[in-house]
Amino acid sequence: MSGGTRADIPLRVWAGVALVAIALGVLPFVAALAGQAWVRILNFAMVYTMLALGLNIVVGFAGLLDLGYIAFYAVGAYTYALLASPQFGIHLPFWVILPIGAAIACLFGVLLGAPTLKLRGDYLAIVTLGFGEIIRIFLNNLNSPINITNGPQGINLIDPFRIDGLSFASTESLLGITFSGPQKYYYMLLLLTIGVIVVNLRLQNSRLGRAWEAIREDEIAAKAMGINTRNVKLLAFAMGASFGGVAGAVFSATQQFISPESFGLFESIIVLAMVVLGGMGNIPGVVLGAVLLTLLPEVLRYTMEPLQQGLFGRVLIDAETIRLLVFGIALVAIMLFRPAGLWPSAVRKRELEVAKAAE
Amino acid sequence: MNERTLLSAEDIGKRFGGVQALADVSFTIRYGEIYGLIGPNGAGKTSLFNVLTGIYVPDGGSFMFDGAPLNRLKPNEVAERGIARTFQNIRLFQNLSALENVMIGRHVRTHAGVFGAIFRDRTTLAEEAAIATRSYQLLDYVGVATHANDLAKHLAYGDQRRLEIARALATEPKLLALDEPAAGMNATETRALKGLLENIRRDGTTILLIEHDMKLVMSVCDRVLVLDYGRKIAEGSAADVQNDPKVIAAYLGGEVSLHVKDAR
Repeated sequence: MSGGTRADIPLRVWAGVALVAIALGVLPFVAALAGQAWVRILNFAMVYTMLALGLNIVVGFAGLLDLGYIAFYAVGAYTYALLASPQFGIHLPFWVILPIGAAIACLFGVLLGAPTLKLRGDYLAIVTLGFGEIIRIFLNNLNSPINITNGPQGINLIDPFRIDGLSFASTESLLGITFSGPQKYYYMLLLLTIGVIVVNLRLQNSRLGRAWEAIREDEIAAKAMGINTRNVKLLAFAMGASFGGVAGAVFSATQQFISPESFGLFESIIVLAMVVLGGMGNIPGVVLGAVLLTLLPEVLRYTMEPLQQGLFGRVLIDAETIRLLVFGIALVAIMLFRPAGLWPSAVRKRELEVAKAAE
Repeated sequence: MNERTLLSAEDIGKRFGGVQALADVSFTIRYGEIYGLIGPNGAGKTSLFNVLTGIYVPDGGSFMFDGAPLNRLKPNEVAERGIARTFQNIRLFQNLSALENVMIGRHVRTHAGVFGAIFRDRTTLAEEAAIATRSYQLLDYVGVATHANDLAKHLAYGDQRRLEIARALATEPKLLALDEPAAGMNATETRALKGLLENIRRDGTTILLIEHDMKLVMSVCDRVLVLDYGRKIAEGSAADVQNDPKVIAAYLGGEVSLHVKDAR
C-alpha cells in the first residue's frame, strides 16, 4: 500500500526534506529580526497545530462534531500548572508531567465520550459545547472551599521547561549563538509537533484510522462489518483529548501563567475553524489551517495601521477592531472559494473535480 | 454438500407498533447451501435480516448459529460470529476508495490497536500488508479490481453491489446474507452475479439471499423460504415453492402461474 521502503524514496524528496528542515531550523532567528513577539507567535502556531490535529481525529476522522474540545487543552494546562508551580509547592519535571497531562486529558476524553456515544451531529455538538463550558466554570470556581485552581486569578509562576538547570525561560548563549527563551521553546515545540504529526499520519493509515473513517461514513454499515463502534469512538475521543492535553501542558510551560479565561468557547471555535478551513480529515491541511489562522490575526494586527496610513493618509479604524473584521471576512472568503478547505484530502479534491466536470 | 444445520431460527417475532413485521418465523439453513428468502414487498424479509444481524432486537424467538445461540448480540458481535450482510439500499463507505471499503471489512479479523498503529512494529506491518493483499484479492474475486482506488460512490451501480459483497466477504463469514443484490442490475450483470454467488458457495460460504428476481432465485437457490405479512407461508425447493398455491396467491392473487420458463 502506502510508502514502500526507504530505498524507493528519490533523492529529490530527500533534498526537499533537507531544505524544509533547514528552513524550520533558521525560522526562529529570521522571525526574531522582526522581534521576539514573532517567535512567540510561531510557538503559538505549533501549540494550535497540536490542538487542531487532536480535534481532527474526532471531527475529521471519526466525524463527531466536538465543540468543547478546548476543555482537554484546559485539563492538560491545569495538570501541568498544578504539578509544577508554587500553587501546591509541587515541582515535577516537564517530561514527567507531559504523559500525566496526556493521560488525564485522555480520561476526560472518555468521560465525555461515554455518555455521548449515541449522539451525532447537532446533538453531539450541543452536549460537547456544554462539557467545555462545565470544565471552564469548574476551573473558575474551584478556589473554594479548598483552593485548587486559584479561581479566576489563575495560576502564576508556573515552572518553565528545564533541562539540567538550563531554563527555557531565560536567554542563553550556546556555541556562540544567543538563544532567547522563545527560541528554545520553538525547537522543543517543533520536535513535539513533528512527533504529533507523525503519530497522526500513522493513526490515519491504520486499522484504527480506517475504522474511524468507516464510522464517519456510515455507522450502521461499520457495525455490520464488525467494528465495535463504541470502543472505536471512545478511542477517537481519548486520542484526540490526549493531544489536547499535551498542547495544554506545553502552553502552561511556555506562558508560565494560565487562567480559565484562556479556555473559553471562542478558543474551541477557532480550533474547529482551523480544522475545517484547513481541510477536514487531511493532516497537511489541518496543519496549514492551524498555522494560517494563528498567523493571520497577528499579521493583521501589525499591518492594518500602516495600510490605512498608506491608503487614506490616516488611521480610520483602530487596528484591534478592524483586524477581527478582516479576519472574519477572510474566513468567509476561504469557505466560499475553497469549500472543502484550503488543502482538502485527495478524496475531497477528487470529489470537487468530479463536481466541476459535471457543471 | 452436507446436511448439518448452520443457522436455525425458532419462532422469531418482531412488532413495530401495530405492525407485526415477523410472526413466529422458523427455518433452518444448512452448511453450503444457497437459501432464498422471497416474498412480496413488506413481507418482512429485510426485518428478518435486521433481526438476524442484531440491528433489531427480536420480541421473541431465538437463533442458533454454528452450534451456539445468537441472542441479544450487537451487530458487530454477530459479524464476529460469522454472519456478514449487504444492504438493500447500498451502504458503502462512500467517500473511501473501493479498496479501503474492503480493508475495513478485514477489521473484525485483525487486531492492531493504537500502539501498533503508532509504533508500526513488525506484526502490525505484516498484518497491514496481509489486509491489503487480501482486499485486492477480494476485489478481483468479485470483479471490481480495476476500480480499487476509485471512491465507492463513483462506482457504477452494479459494481457498488459487488463491492458490498467483497466487503462482506472480507469479514470471513460462514453465512453471507445478501439483501437484493440483483436490484437495479441488467440481465448481463445479473447473470454475472449468479456466477459469483455460485463461486462463493463453491468456495465454502453459505448464502442467505433476499431477491425479487425470480429467475435468479429459482436458478440459484437450493431451498427457498417464502414470507408474506411476516409469516412463513412456504419453505422448500425452488420447484416446490413456485408451484405452491399459497405462494402464487400471495404474489399474484392466485390466478397466474409463477412458473418461470428456462429457469434452469
